[in-house]
Amino acid sequence: METLWFCIVAVMIAIYVVLDGFDLGAGILHLMLGRSRAERQAILASIGPVWDGNEVWLLAGGGTLYFAFPALYASSFSGFYLPLMMVLWLLILRGIAIEFRNHIRNAVWVPIWDVVFCGASALLAIFFGAALGNVVRGVPLDSSGYFFLPLWTDFSAGAVAGILDWYTVLVALAAFLVLAEHGALWIAYKTTGDVELRARRAAARLWWAVAIAVVVITVASFRIQPHLAVSFAERPWGYLFPLLAVIGILGMKFVSGLRAFAASCLFIVGMLTAVVFGVYPLVLPSNTDPSLSLTIYNTAAAPYGLGVGLMWFIPGILLVAGYFVYTYRSFAGKVAVMDEEG
Amino acid sequence: MDALTIHRLHFAFTVTFHYLFPQLTMGLALLLVVLKSLALRTGKEHYNRSARFWAKVFAINFAIGVVTGIPMEFQFGTNWARFSRAAGGVIGQTLAMEGVFAFFLESSFLGLFLFGEKRLGPKMHWLAGFLVFLGSWTSGFFIIVTDAFMQHPTGYVLRPDGQLALASFWGLLLNPWASWQYLHNMIATVVTGSFAMSAVGAYYLLMEQHVSYGRTFVRIGVIAGATASVLLLFPTGDQQGRNIANHQPTTLAAMEGLFQTQEGAPLAIIGQPDLTRQQLDNPITIPNVLSFLTYQRWKAEVKGLDAFPKDLWPDNIPLLYYSYHVMVGLGTIFIAVLLVAVVLLQFGVLYQSHAMLWALMLALPFPYIATTAGWITAEVGRQPWLIYGVLRTADGSSARVAEGNALFTLIGFMGMYALLALLFVFLVGREIAHGPEVE
Repeated sequence: METLWFCIVAVMIAIYVVLDGFDLGAGILHLMLGRSRAERQAILASIGPVWDGNEVWLLAGGGTLYFAFPALYASSFSGFYLPLMMVLWLLILRGIAIEFRNHIRNAVWVPIWDVVFCGASALLAIFFGAALGNVVRGVPLDSSGYFFLPLWTDFSAGAVAGILDWYTVLVALAAFLVLAEHGALWIAYKTTGDVELRARRAAARLWWAVAIAVVVITVASFRIQPHLAVSFAERPWGYLFPLLAVIGILGMKFVSGLRAFAASCLFIVGMLTAVVFGVYPLVLPSNTDPSLSLTIYNTAAAPYGLGVGLMWFIPGILLVAGYFVYTYRSFAGKVAVMDEEG
Repeated sequence: MDALTIHRLHFAFTVTFHYLFPQLTMGLALLLVVLKSLALRTGKEHYNRSARFWAKVFAINFAIGVVTGIPMEFQFGTNWARFSRAAGGVIGQTLAMEGVFAFFLESSFLGLFLFGEKRLGPKMHWLAGFLVFLGSWTSGFFIIVTDAFMQHPTGYVLRPDGQLALASFWGLLLNPWASWQYLHNMIATVVTGSFAMSAVGAYYLLMEQHVSYGRTFVRIGVIAGATASVLLLFPTGDQQGRNIANHQPTTLAAMEGLFQTQEGAPLAIIGQPDLTRQQLDNPITIPNVLSFLTYQRWKAEVKGLDAFPKDLWPDNIPLLYYSYHVMVGLGTIFIAVLLVAVVLLQFGVLYQSHAMLWALMLALPFPYIATTAGWITAEVGRQPWLIYGVLRTADGSSARVAEGNALFTLIGFMGMYALLALLFVFLVGREIAHGPEVE
């Protein structure tokens, strides 16, 4: 039962990264790929009707994590206090930037929100990457299962490391590149003309950066977290997940349009599931004393609650799937660049 | 300030600011369904234009509600880790259900409601509006059930390790505290939405602009507001009061400023609780009424604060007393004003009655104040407990988050929310100035 809920939470977070990932990627790139206000408007219109629904996966995934693994939620959210609060501020800024940008169409109002949107999206990608890096590296848990990390100390990735060290910074940069690539492929798929062309070119260039970054963080991760190698040695079927990522990244290089975007989704899902598989059954490793690590077993809610949860979760998530198919169909097709009126 | 105080202020500030927006979202969602239904039934474009105007206000309000709502869920973990660890297995259920059943519904159909009117056709557009309403009211339900668990925990067992485990799913969801609290709260959102609508309508009539819309807004606002404000007092407020009397008698005594246990307890209308002398200063009271309201007998005994040990008293009795009295006082004034407005409407003189239009326009802040005061009553009244009778507030905060860090983020939120407040007033003000006739 714990494993099942672990998989559910992991899938929800993966869906969040895939869906909101292209919103963030589009945000990172829209200032560069859109040269005029109308072009930027077209890029934002490609995510406008869906970004809020995509972000809900973060809330729903967080809520599910809270209910299934309350001790993990309590420990990690309080331990990563400062960066999480900054994530909240960035989510606020990103949300109001995209929602309020088009209320007043003049030469002062729009650029302000464009810059805010770009900056918040870029920083969110970086923060989420750093968070992933921290979960892989581990944190200094105490015997009551809590910890508190400063933002940085000496960048050593050792026992006294802060949230940012050389390893987590690398993962953060990799996440930034991966989501930028993901966004470029989304923009290429959803737009036409010059914007599409520029997005394709950006995606092609970013691909090499992504490929290099992925090799680097893969090597670094196995060095930082020995548990990864143990997991793959014990359960070799887990190589399936990195294999998905490899198929994905090759697909991004050799196909285009919707298929390239789908390949990018596959790549992200493959990478995340590979990490999750490698860490399992830990959910937050201790980097000081392995026996203090948080696992799915010592953080899960009681069995009755987990069982009852399935009763509402399964019909609930089917409904959600229905809404998403309906919404994405309603807003299917390319977004045209239109001259701005008023 | 110690860390606990800052964690409390942190949550209090962010939740108070946040809830200014969802209360209008939920109330207005219902009124939008009313406008869309009128459009569908009468076939008049007038109502569709009215709905489009309010949908613009709704969208701005909704956006701020969403971005200030996310920090609420996160703060359970960041600032209240020990509470989350103890109770997450129970209230995590309802918070996760809110995400799955409410947020997805709202966010999916809001986009269609705001941008899809032409594509969807009148009936499907009505449905999209209805689903946004349903989503927002479902969201309210799960939050109230979560709060009701903290007020009056049901459906759980206490495990030997100090954690709470869910014992009965329906026991949690059908908490008797939750049903009245939910109705009371949702009807209060209708009051806020109605006052917002009638205030804008009154402004247009006084300005002699968009007059036909002004009349519609005033008419719908006054009728919905009068109905809702009566229901707020009876039966929902009355039943809520009985729940408090039965399950939180200490809170009742503190709310009412009743220091001494007595038969035929008086109802305090005005007065200031004096904690040193344990009495109400400058009191204006009505004899026996508190006994009657609580137990339906004029001479019934009502327990005062003296009947309870001091470590069970709410830790801020004056704040609790004032917020409760502000809520009830304003609620009473709402009923009086809105009933007079309904009578004027019946006699066909409301739109010409300048005094009433001024009153309706200037009334706008007061439902917000009343709602905020109501929530302060509920949450300060719950003290010193985080989960009533189970977990004390002092044992729920994040032990590893020091006061410096908590104060840093509290100040950050204050700055951020000041910006949001300015943007909201500016953008909604622009929409009101444009009026319903500008598409």
